[in-house]
Amino acid sequence: MAVLVYIESENNNFKKSSYEALSYGKALAEMMKKSLCGIVFNCSDFESLKAFGVDKILNIDNNELKDFSSKKYASAISEVIKSESINVVVLSSSPDSKFLGAHLSGMTESSFVSNVVELPDTIDPFVVKRTCFTNKAFSTTELISDLKILSIESNCFGLVEKLSDPKIENFEIKVISSNQKIKSIEKENGSVNIADAEIVVSGGRGLKGPENWGMIEKLADALGAATACSKPVSDMGWRPHSEHVGQTGKPVSSNLYIAIGISGAIQHIAGISSSKVKVVINNDPDAPFFKAADYGIIGDAFEIVPALTEKLEAR
Amino acid sequence: MNILVCISNVPDTTSKINFIENDSKFDSNGIQYIINPNDEFGLTKAVKLKESNDAKVTVLTVGEHNVEATLKKCLAIGADKAVRIDCPAIDAFSVAKEIEFHCKDTFYDIIICGRESIDYNGGLVPGLLAGFLDYNFVTNCVSLEVEGDKATFSREISGGTEISESLLPIVIGSQKGLVEESDLIIPNMRGIMMARQKTLDVIKSRGIKPKAYDLKFNKPEVKSEVKLIKPNELDKLIDLLENEAKVI
Ligand SMILES: Cc1cc2nc3c(=O)[nH]c(=O)nc-3n(C[C@H](O)[C@H](O)[C@H](O)COP(=O)(O)OP(=O)(O)OC[C@H]3O[C@@H](n4cnc5c(N)ncnc54)[C@H](O)[C@@H]3O)c2cc1C
Ligand SMILES: Nc1ncnc2c1ncn2[C@@H]1O[C@H](COP(=O)(O)O)[C@@H](O)[C@H]1O
Repeated sequence: MAVLVYIESENNNFKKSSYEALSYGKALAEMMKKSLCGIVFNCSDFESLKAFGVDKILNIDNNELKDFSSKKYASAISEVIKSESINVVVLSSSPDSKFLGAHLSGMTESSFVSNVVELPDTIDPFVVKRTCFTNKAFSTTELISDLKILSIESNCFGLVEKLSDPKIENFEIKVISSNQKIKSIEKENGSVNIADAEIVVSGGRGLKGPENWGMIEKLADALGAATACSKPVSDMGWRPHSEHVGQTGKPVSSNLYIAIGISGAIQHIAGISSSKVKVVINNDPDAPFFKAADYGIIGDAFEIVPALTEKLEAR
Repeated sequence: MNILVCISNVPDTTSKINFIENDSKFDSNGIQYIINPNDEFGLTKAVKLKESNDAKVTVLTVGEHNVEATLKKCLAIGADKAVRIDCPAIDAFSVAKEIEFHCKDTFYDIIICGRESIDYNGGLVPGLLAGFLDYNFVTNCVSLEVEGDKATFSREISGGTEISESLLPIVIGSQKGLVEESDLIIPNMRGIMMARQKTLDVIKSRGIKPKAYDLKFNKPEVKSEVKLIKPNELDKLIDLLENEAKVI
């Protein structure tokens, strides 16, 4: 009986979102008086995982699992669930984890809830809080299958360090076959990803045109932040779709969200409301965003943004 | 080729969300319902595939009578046939199971769902369905090409795009990018008239037991007033972010 965390990695480096999933998993395991088990694929250096209280790490070393495959990974994890008598699986909310979570839940006929924001209220019955209505509300949800799968909203729990000395085991599986194959991967170079970002700098139609994004990128660089935009900005092709945030775009649950030249329409606010601290820069004092923000500057973005960047760089 | 588009009937994006009956139920009073935006991108793609691949497009919703207006809009947009599975949609598991049974009765080469719905927005139904049916699956899908029994598609990943291929059948989680905003079809008079001739089948539910129940809803706490900082006092902003909010 144990709690299992899927630990995502890329080239033997673990994702930060997985450290948060482990932190959550550890607290949950303690609540349930169970041990914490982690599953990794094709990794060799487990040192950094020791900080997050994991009791056992199962490594699946298999060339056929070099590339992420939702089906193959979910099938491998379902074998671990059986052999380790897992009760709860904890996932981050990265694109791969959510992709895999729903697939795994289908394969194992179990209940899955996503966008979880807190530890369960109670374990028996198993009741957790999650966001719904694109962050306009929370739901307290009861899960009733034996196996439960949770994916936690990023930055909802934070990193909680707890030293441990995990047992490391190789876990052998027979990889299922699939005719679904990756042909190629195109990476955008160097940018911080919105989903993983602690700080997001976002621009709206108030910036007038794509040629003005240089100052947004500079501010983002100064803060180590990801860049994002409002829907019309991506609709007009000023910025890629992957940067569109809001109800119909990506949700953002960063620690800091800086909105520049964005009016604050309800569909935009819905997508970013689970971000902890919001700063708005807008020259219209009546822009609705001021009602949703923690800090605001009324003024011209073309003056404020470069000045702010300069001050941050000088720190 | 048979294409199924699963449609979630959701509150209009501008809706104010309220709850009734001791915060246990969504208050639908005065709410306008729309096709879930992610599903609308998928439906538009399906209608385009009709032209290039000689496909038949069916739209399906698990829901009660009140979802039919949304299904009729889908018919006016260009779907050939609509199906309603008659039961309230309680959780993603039971919804996906109901759809699975339908897909075992009627074979679909491509099943398109939205990446997530904007109401319960778990992003669960397409993955569950793929798991139940043991079909190929891709979500956050931003392109899809079909040739014969082969599909080539891409999805958004952390910091990029991944391009894959597989054989049909496949379940797709659609989103903007699969088609562009400007491709969305606004039903015209002809479409609306034609929709009246198309069938809307109501089928009985299998009575699947849900695995998750929403016990109670609540809204985020009301924000305290914004702190305004003068444009010439940017040091103060940096100080507040550093020492008060502790986010930089
Ligand atoms: C079904 C549907 C779904 C939608 N989903 C989304 C979504 O997911 N995400 C989203 O973002 N939108 C969404 N929208 C669109 C939304 O309603 C708004 O139209 C959009 O958010 C407005 O974008 P904006 O704030 O960039 O532009 P605008 O509303 O045009 O605002 C520009 C702002 O810039 C300010 N400004 C102008 N010049 C300056 C300057 N020099 N310095 C500082 N500020 C300046 C203006 O005062 C104004 O407040 C959706 C709409 C619909 C109908
Ligand atoms: N009641 C329903 N009937 C038909 N399809 C649904 C229903 N609920 C969700 N879906 C489909 O599943 C997708 C994801 O929904 P969700 O899992 O609720 O985020 C939606 O975009 C729809 O395509």
